[in-house]
Amino acid sequence: MTEGDRATLELDLKQNHFELLGLPQRFRIDPGALSQAYRHMQSALHPDRFARAGDQARRLAVQGAAQVNEAYAVLRDDGRRARYLLELHGVAVDEERDTAQDPEFLMEQMELREALEAAEQDPRPLEAVERVRADIGARHKALLQAFEQAFEAGDLAAAKAEVLKIRFFERLRQEATALAERLEDRDLP
Amino acid sequence: MALLQICEPGMSPDPHQHRLAVGIDLGTTNSLVATVRDGEPQVLRDAEGRMLLPSVVHYGEDGAPLVGHEARRRAALDPLNTLSSIKRLMGRGVADLKTVAGHIPYDFVAGEGGVPRIRTRGGEVTPVEVSAEILRVLRERAEARLGGDLNGAVITVPAYFDDAQRQATKDAARLAGLNVYRLLNEPTAAAVAYGLDRGQEGVIAVYDLGGGTFDISILRLNQGVFEVLATGGDSALGGDDFDRAIAAWMMQEAGIEGDTGHHRMRQLMMDACKVKEALTEQDETELKVAVSDSGYWSGCMTCRQMNELIDPLIDKTLTACRRALRDAGVQADEILDVVMVGGSTRVPRVRQRVGEFFGRDPRVDIDPDQVVAVGAALQADVLAGNQPGDDMLLLDVIPLSLGIETMGGLVEHIIPRNTTIPVSRAQEFTTFKDGQGAMSLHVVQGERDLVDHNRSLARFTLSGIPPMVAGAARVRVTYQVDADGLLSVTAREMVSGVQAGIEVKPSYGLTDGEIEHMLTDSRSHAQEDMEARRLREQQVEANRVLEALDAALEADAHLLTPEERATIDAARSRLEAVRGEGDPQAIADAIRHLEKASESFVARRMNESVRQAMSGHRVEEFD
Repeated sequence: MTEGDRATLELDLKQNHFELLGLPQRFRIDPGALSQAYRHMQSALHPDRFARAGDQARRLAVQGAAQVNEAYAVLRDDGRRARYLLELHGVAVDEERDTAQDPEFLMEQMELREALEAAEQDPRPLEAVERVRADIGARHKALLQAFEQAFEAGDLAAAKAEVLKIRFFERLRQEATALAERLEDRDLP
Repeated sequence: MALLQICEPGMSPDPHQHRLAVGIDLGTTNSLVATVRDGEPQVLRDAEGRMLLPSVVHYGEDGAPLVGHEARRRAALDPLNTLSSIKRLMGRGVADLKTVAGHIPYDFVAGEGGVPRIRTRGGEVTPVEVSAEILRVLRERAEARLGGDLNGAVITVPAYFDDAQRQATKDAARLAGLNVYRLLNEPTAAAVAYGLDRGQEGVIAVYDLGGGTFDISILRLNQGVFEVLATGGDSALGGDDFDRAIAAWMMQEAGIEGDTGHHRMRQLMMDACKVKEALTEQDETELKVAVSDSGYWSGCMTCRQMNELIDPLIDKTLTACRRALRDAGVQADEILDVVMVGGSTRVPRVRQRVGEFFGRDPRVDIDPDQVVAVGAALQADVLAGNQPGDDMLLLDVIPLSLGIETMGGLVEHIIPRNTTIPVSRAQEFTTFKDGQGAMSLHVVQGERDLVDHNRSLARFTLSGIPPMVAGAARVRVTYQVDADGLLSVTAREMVSGVQAGIEVKPSYGLTDGEIEHMLTDSRSHAQEDMEARRLREQQVEANRVLEALDAALEADAHLLTPEERATIDAARSRLEAVRGEGDPQAIADAIRHLEKASESFVARRMNESVRQAMSGHRVEEFD
């Protein structure tokens, strides 16, 4: 087998996630078009389509379907889609290093964390946690709008600042979810 | 040998061409096999007309396995040689047995590589071999009923099964001589059974309470695509636990000691099961329990008493439901339908409480014992190519996060739970010491932060890293999970290009060598001529390979240069020539040769179909 042959044993899917799914490269996304494009590509590439076609074809199909799944997972998630757009514009978001935030935002974070802790002590803790989660969700949504405005205006630095804030809120949301799960486990007989 | 007929996926086949394909529900308590005939799914019955095959294997005086009803009848008399609920042990290591099999009274021996073996009259057997006995009986039943060799099978597994348990199931199928099209999650199969019948669209919940496992799955059905939004459950909770709670109550009432022995314990469990069944029909039932060899205790149990015993267990299932809903990002009132699966959903209390939780009456139209096998049969029929034009596509998710051990025994998750499969993710790691020449990688599955609290799937070593200062090497670890939910891992040092890879074989799983050995081991198949069997298997495989190639050539021969075509044709002729001869090894070699020769053709076709698909959705966009 020559080197050239070897190269063709890989699937040629070098397009970025937007291109792979045939969608315009911008933050606002049409969920219907996204899921339709996803299904269309998955219908062509999923290993089930090659159930009788031999191991090689199936292995390649796994590769291809995995890539389509990845594109869909990134594009359907607002935070990941925002980070990915910045990446495509050459702006790396390094969560370890890019941590500096304005004091006002840090204060907001602290208050929400305290609200979560207080919710745990509430006589009806699950409902209290749900209230904080709803609050976090609303602020998260506002940040996404701020990102879109900055990004569409070509202000990548401002867009990046919003992405870092979004990341904080995503983590906060995970913590709230973990807390709700812990509370439920505690209620088990 | 007759010429094979050919059909390209998506092209309409000869109307008379029908590949024999089955769906198998390999259950903890009972197993079933179903197929689609004349467009209608049906469960295949045994010679006595029974659909359920008890998942019980008994090793008799001569050491030969006996499977099903006969085996179950011997359970009470000969418990140590009668294996039931073996599914609970699939893919488990010796270390897991205390937690998993606390109530399973077998004689365990620690085998090589940590695979538990059970000592029986038929020798030491692994859970994979025991499951293979069950699958073999189902395969033989199907072949007898359908009158030919099976082309392939879809086998269902609980959505919660981890990599080791899925791998063990696939190994068992291979041992039983089945070609596995796909491992399918049980709740997805149930959704197929209902969804295709009704063309329903929306979000549904599948509540599956079997004998030994509980699964809750939240699925979105849309345009023929079954997308699993979230799964959850408990791989060690089921109707057996109802029986156990009832048995414990009876022991307490009758004053029976806790360590009453294997035999009496089994009898009690069977009595408890009868009580449970009686109480689905009536409000109270009389019971009579053997206290000693001669004495009996008589009493009565009411529905209310039983409900009190099982409510805590139902509570556990509802907590898992709540969590799955949250993972799916769905409220209980958005669920359009709740599908009930598993014999334990016949218990009225379960139906009632599940109905209250979701705020609607659960679906029980299809027999909850059959619904999974029926769905699997429908999927098998599509994968066999018997339903041209049917673009049903099943997308599943992995139930548990896949991670890797990092410094200090911590777990770094590489693929989080509920990620849609197939999936491939990579992460980079670096060396800890100057000049470090190797890196040992420990693959784990589970949600916990500490390695020891998760399931260990495999360990392997990437060696030959050239000397570098600590932190300079860049080791890229790639996890890939296929459509069956099976993981393979590769590691590559990016600076030097050194590579290592493994198919993840569970730390305590069976090696390929062991499976080969079992395949050729004639202990339990003395009646079969092993050489003849191997020959037939290779011939079936050769037919599959030729069929696939011919379909590919018919559709896309234009992608090949004349020289490439000649190489493939030569390899093809060689396989055709040896296929009819009697040497299985020669056929295996010719298959490998042909696969090698057509490798780049396969890749080119795939790339072509990707291009076509992409131009397809572009066209739609501009229309």
